[in-house]
Amino acid sequence: MTLKQIEGSQGVAEAVALCRPEVICAYPISPQTHIVEGLGEMVKVGQLRAEFLNVESEFAAMSVAIGSSAAGARTYTATASQGLLFMAEAVFNAAGLGLPIVMTIANRAIGAPINIWNDHSDSMSLRDCGWIQLFAETNQEAIDLHIQAFKLAEELSVPVMVCMDGFILTHAYERVDVPLQEQVDAFLPSFEPRQVLDPARPVSIGAMVGPEAYTEVRVLAHAKQIQALTLIPEIAAQFKAHFGRDSGGLIKPYCCEGAHTVVIALGSVLGTIKDVVDELRTQGCAIGVLGITSFRPFPLTEIRQALQGCQRVLVLEKSFAVGVGGIVATNVRMALDGTGQKVLTVVAGLGGRAITKSSLAATLTAAMNDLLEPFSFMDLQQEVIDRALGRERQIRRSGPVAESVLRDIGSVASQIC
Amino acid sequence: MSHQPVKFYQTGTFTVGNRLLDESIRSVQATKTRSNSLNSGHRACQGCGEALGARYALDAAMDVSHHQLIAANATGCLEVFSTPYPETSWQLPWIHSLFGNAAAVATGIAAALRIKGRSEVRVIAQGGDGGTTDIGFGCLSGMFERNDDVLYLCYDNEAYMNTGVQRSSATPPAVRTATTLPVGAEPGNVFGQGKFVPTIAMAHGIPYVATATVADLFDLEYKVKKAIQIRGAKYLHIFVPCPLGWGAASSDTIKLADMAKECGLFPVFEAEHGKVTGVSKIRKLIPVEEYLKRQRRYAHLFGKSPATDVISKIQARADENIRMYGLLATDVR
Repeated sequence: MTLKQIEGSQGVAEAVALCRPEVICAYPISPQTHIVEGLGEMVKVGQLRAEFLNVESEFAAMSVAIGSSAAGARTYTATASQGLLFMAEAVFNAAGLGLPIVMTIANRAIGAPINIWNDHSDSMSLRDCGWIQLFAETNQEAIDLHIQAFKLAEELSVPVMVCMDGFILTHAYERVDVPLQEQVDAFLPSFEPRQVLDPARPVSIGAMVGPEAYTEVRVLAHAKQIQALTLIPEIAAQFKAHFGRDSGGLIKPYCCEGAHTVVIALGSVLGTIKDVVDELRTQGCAIGVLGITSFRPFPLTEIRQALQGCQRVLVLEKSFAVGVGGIVATNVRMALDGTGQKVLTVVAGLGGRAITKSSLAATLTAAMNDLLEPFSFMDLQQEVIDRALGRERQIRRSGPVAESVLRDIGSVASQIC
Repeated sequence: MSHQPVKFYQTGTFTVGNRLLDESIRSVQATKTRSNSLNSGHRACQGCGEALGARYALDAAMDVSHHQLIAANATGCLEVFSTPYPETSWQLPWIHSLFGNAAAVATGIAAALRIKGRSEVRVIAQGGDGGTTDIGFGCLSGMFERNDDVLYLCYDNEAYMNTGVQRSSATPPAVRTATTLPVGAEPGNVFGQGKFVPTIAMAHGIPYVATATVADLFDLEYKVKKAIQIRGAKYLHIFVPCPLGWGAASSDTIKLADMAKECGLFPVFEAEHGKVTGVSKIRKLIPVEEYLKRQRRYAHLFGKSPATDVISKIQARADENIRMYGLLATDVR
């Protein structure tokens, strides 16, 4: 065990290096950049033997990853936000081809308006692309999930995204346990691809498939995700046996037994939620928390079981499906189909808005007292919305929305609490 | 610059004519051991220049690499007609990912081979003009700029043929396509400066850039073999007529490729590190009109009142190529 006081990105870089990736594609985007920079330094000093490629875009990063993975090399890249969208076509393609690439997403909002801060809009936008999506709660878990991700990806021949909150985790310095090389070597076998571009045994990868077989190929991709529902807990158990700590798995129930209200969330906000729930429980409230680590595959059965007996579920989302509402909540409702359990959605933390303990306590209390709307936003400045809508009613050329709202709010500094 | 050891003037230099040659100097296509990398049975149209170009290029590349070759393919005719699931014509390891990323996928393959110490395995990327000069241009330029160890083969038929003959940035002025009609006063492509990727590739200073046509098999094979043996980024732009998209007879593919070179519209040359090192001279100069007339994509220029002004502007482009590259036999480089 090596305890280190390091930045989250550095921890992830060290964890990825311990997995001995052979090809790393790097393209800068905040808040991911420190990860590939960290890996680059390790390649430079010879600590890591890998091809480190400076590519010209995220689209190229994923395309290079597709090529190197198909040629049998363990391949890693990282991105965020606009970068993930820019590579979207290749992200789908990597999954469709069944290439076990591992990619970190340093979760960040999507523009316009351009915003570098954290929420889950980026990962959520590609939730159905065929990649496995694991969300880290802490920097320690981010480290551990990467080590598990390579094993999971290569066993199934499916790409895996490890999602960690941008800045909140990537840029936070805290003490983490970085495993030893021999531990990781014992846990993670070398990459034995199911398909490889090899002159000795030529294959054609990426053939055209028409209506006669397209459905079956897609269902086989789904079958991999279903297999992952079994494999993810197995790998987490193996991880515990090797490294002595709980990390990963499908879901993380916290005080769910006997809880009337359960809060569901993904990622680092779970820490704050647990603190608030601890306080509410000391006041006698029957409330628990359910963290979702594996968002894809979505563990319908496990979530349904974990929520058995509770009356209401509050899904706290760092993403927002414009025109509909919650994304995680929609999936949770699917898990609870027919149970009659109430599912409330609260959207919080968009574009990096702080999710404070006091706001959380107020929201959770309102939920427990059935005072919360089925769909709401935490800490929304309704007067700003009203003024903007009013302006649009009055003036045809009301101007760019973001600029008008900023002018309305005044200086940014006054908003930081 | 001619790479055909013996010329057959009665039948034209560019007939295969290999039976008359000693085995040791025959083209790869004429050997019994050619790899048939793009095997028969694929769905290309009759007279497809791209199928021919790919077959010539890959068999030569397989030959010189001793069958240690991997190909990345852009979306397009070549990909679609060669791999109708569950069949494939490819006799070498081959991957198709997307329309715009063949160069980057090839970069990834090359990186994997490098870290694994497989330096004997060579990598090619290939695509049509749309996948190269338009949608794949960013990845192509990135591959050049990093000098990745990849040979990129562009099969240029001067439009998006797979989707039904739409204009690309490689479509020459005055060519009629499905999407040139709404732009400009004439039905043909407007006169812009166009995008000639070989010279842009040269501007990257990469070790090797060349152009070729399917009409000159020996020259094409020579350039592929040379390129495969060079470490770093290489670009070969192969002119491949498309009977369907050009409105030409299937039996005219080789003839049109030859005429494009002979009139000066398509300069055939090679360049190293950004400098032209050799050109294929025009054997018998022809006016562009002869080349244009055989293709329905230029039909609007002819008829009762020929668009002589447009034809002379096209001729001026050919003349400029002839001057710039020194394509006449009398030109000394």
